[in-house]
Amino acid sequence: MDYQTSAILAKYPRGQSDCLIPILQDIQEEYGYLSETAVVEVGRHLDLPSSKIFGLATFYNQFRFEPRGRFHVSLCHGTSCNVAAAPEILRELEKILKIRPGETTRDGMFSLEILACMGACHLAPLIRVNDNYHTKLDPGSIGDIIDSYITGEE
Amino acid sequence: MSEKIHIPVEKEYLVNNVLLNESADLPVEVEKILRFVRKDKVKHPVIMVGTGSCGLISGAGETLLEINKYLLDRDIKADVIETGCTGYCSLEPVVDVHLPGKTRISFKNVSAEKLPFLLDSMLNNIVPHEYVVGQYENPSLELWKDVPLIGELPFFAMQYRNLMKNWGRISPHSIEEYIAAGGYRSYVKTIRNYTHEEVCDIVEKSGLQGRGGGGFLTGKKWKIAHTAMADQRFLLCNANESDPGGFANRSMIESDPHRLIEGLVIAAYAIGTSRAYIYIRSDYITAINRLEKAIDRAQYYGLLGYNVYGSGFNIDIIVSKGPGAFVCGEETAMISSIEGKRGMPSPKPPYPAISGLFGKPTVVNNVETLSNIPAIFENGPDWFMSLGNKTAPGTKILTLSGKLNNQGIIEVPLGTKVKDIIFGAGGGVPAKKELKAVQIGGPSGGFVTSENIDIPYDFDSLASVGIYMGSGGMLVLDEDCCIIDTVKYFMDFIQKESCGKCIPCREGTRRMLEVYENITKRPVDENGHATLERFKGVMQLESLASVIKDTSLCGLGQKAPNPVISSLKYFRNDYEEHIFDRECSAGVCKELRLFYIDVEKCTGCTACAPKCPVSAIIGTKRHPFFIVEEKCTGCGICYDVCKFNAISVK
Repeated sequence: MDYQTSAILAKYPRGQSDCLIPILQDIQEEYGYLSETAVVEVGRHLDLPSSKIFGLATFYNQFRFEPRGRFHVSLCHGTSCNVAAAPEILRELEKILKIRPGETTRDGMFSLEILACMGACHLAPLIRVNDNYHTKLDPGSIGDIIDSYITGEE
Repeated sequence: MSEKIHIPVEKEYLVNNVLLNESADLPVEVEKILRFVRKDKVKHPVIMVGTGSCGLISGAGETLLEINKYLLDRDIKADVIETGCTGYCSLEPVVDVHLPGKTRISFKNVSAEKLPFLLDSMLNNIVPHEYVVGQYENPSLELWKDVPLIGELPFFAMQYRNLMKNWGRISPHSIEEYIAAGGYRSYVKTIRNYTHEEVCDIVEKSGLQGRGGGGFLTGKKWKIAHTAMADQRFLLCNANESDPGGFANRSMIESDPHRLIEGLVIAAYAIGTSRAYIYIRSDYITAINRLEKAIDRAQYYGLLGYNVYGSGFNIDIIVSKGPGAFVCGEETAMISSIEGKRGMPSPKPPYPAISGLFGKPTVVNNVETLSNIPAIFENGPDWFMSLGNKTAPGTKILTLSGKLNNQGIIEVPLGTKVKDIIFGAGGGVPAKKELKAVQIGGPSGGFVTSENIDIPYDFDSLASVGIYMGSGGMLVLDEDCCIIDTVKYFMDFIQKESCGKCIPCREGTRRMLEVYENITKRPVDENGHATLERFKGVMQLESLASVIKDTSLCGLGQKAPNPVISSLKYFRNDYEEHIFDRECSAGVCKELRLFYIDVEKCTGCTACAPKCPVSAIIGTKRHPFFIVEEKCTGCGICYDVCKFNAISVK
């Protein structure tokens, strides 16, 4: 067991099942995703089978099972964004990045996620790349935005 | 972002002179000091930036940094304060400037680039009129010339701001400003003077109904939990707002977190619990940070914890971060989630008020319901009854979005007409387009059309046309929006969010989605199996909706067919157009569209022809190509591969 996981588990010494979700959230915060080893460790700590933990984690939208990319792209898909061409933005993102929501590109540069609503309907449609927002998008501009992150990295 | 909030008074002063003073009016000298605390009066310039999530996304963070830089560079003594959202989201980032002796004036769309110009003019007493929103009325201060009053703007004029009183006016980071604005006084008064039963009675008398959408009398719910025999009880605050297009609860926490905490602790006292949970969505990061900070500050002021102000009341607030599931907004599902299980609803009865979290009596209240509580105790239940209409007292917070001139969050008395909201505060539909429908209540709601738009906005009136109020989302659709596509979007959302426990919801919503996918998809010809499936599906839609409605376990399933039923009732033409004419007059349903090649732009590169799955594109190299309409399935692949934008939609 690595140091961080054990440090997180040490914060929950009682080991009751109502700690499960907070533990998983802390692990995800630390690593960006839930790895298999981490889930097994949590199971040992709480005395729960890993199947049960996977069953719980896959139920909720928050948990990821693949590492995040260096640039994490979140697309808002609220009602207002849907009316304002969010589906086309998604298609464009999938086409450019060659991944589907919840996945990470092979080179680990980008990962994609859909959010139910970011609550900025007046700026629809919008995406968030790490902490930067790109608002009032049109599908044609997605390529340039993604390119700007690739060139920025180089 | 550094905080430069200057606090002129100490904690002891506020506790002894304000919180523990139970008379209705505070002494004049105390009131004089409080005016400075809540920035009604200022000694040197104060600059306020709206930093709700909507503001931050619009760039308020950069504006804030720029303000600090501006003041530092020029060595100007001024306070910079982060406030919440004013509700007028389309004007973000909003910056207010308050100069000594003058009223506070509000500016719109202040990006970091515009800021130096704005402050240069304002600090020289010149108002840059192009950015002005308005000025706040204050009888003791001098008004700016030719600047409209905020309260008289159409967006604000029709609102009644009770819950939103402090939004954009005080800092959500400062408990002192909240106390100076009258906060926590009713809480301290309540726990020191009233019994648990009296508190329940007052709330019941006020007629406050749960704002999560159910509309159950809050006071009654508290009473049931209070009278249930148990050694421990729990209070849960539902902040798991996951409706797409609904973000009022988040803004409430971001703009005025102490109001929620005050309501929560009064409710906790009423039902006699020492443990209250706030179940908030984990991706509301700004809201969680502000809430946790507010709880810390309340603890520091002795408003939480052991034996609050000698009343014998103990209270502990736990922030529980919901890992993102729409169904966890249902009370029993939320309880499962807090217990560390999959968030699946369980059958009622037993109701949570009898047996809930860890098997103990549990009251689940919405953020908005609890935020109403402090004002009821401050002004009395009769005052609350006088707001709104007879069947539904009080106000309701709404989020306005979609094709509207003014988008944002407003608070109106229940019973206000939908029309007045859309054309008053909302400012009507932009670009002179026709209003097609107003979608109320998100994925569990329904549509109001231009014919019945006169309907009052309250629980009963909306229920009479089959609409469930939900969390207060209001989405305006104009003639360029497709109703079928919107319903398809909701079905897709519900189908993904269904927990999978009961079959009608799990399977039924998926089948409904398939029906919608079929009618928005273009088959090669009208003779195949797909056509039969399509007609069969539509014919079954209505009966499927009623089965799902009747047989689902929880609110999510029972209300899932609402958009379907409502759209079938009011937009039959749209359905017929999609089913029989295979057309989408709004041009939204992409697969129903026909593509054509612009002869001028096509270079004959042949990129599209081999990609066409039905070989509908013909032509010779280096000459413009053509699409054979009869063959085209409208899949859009050619549209995607064309590098010259020569392919467009008919």
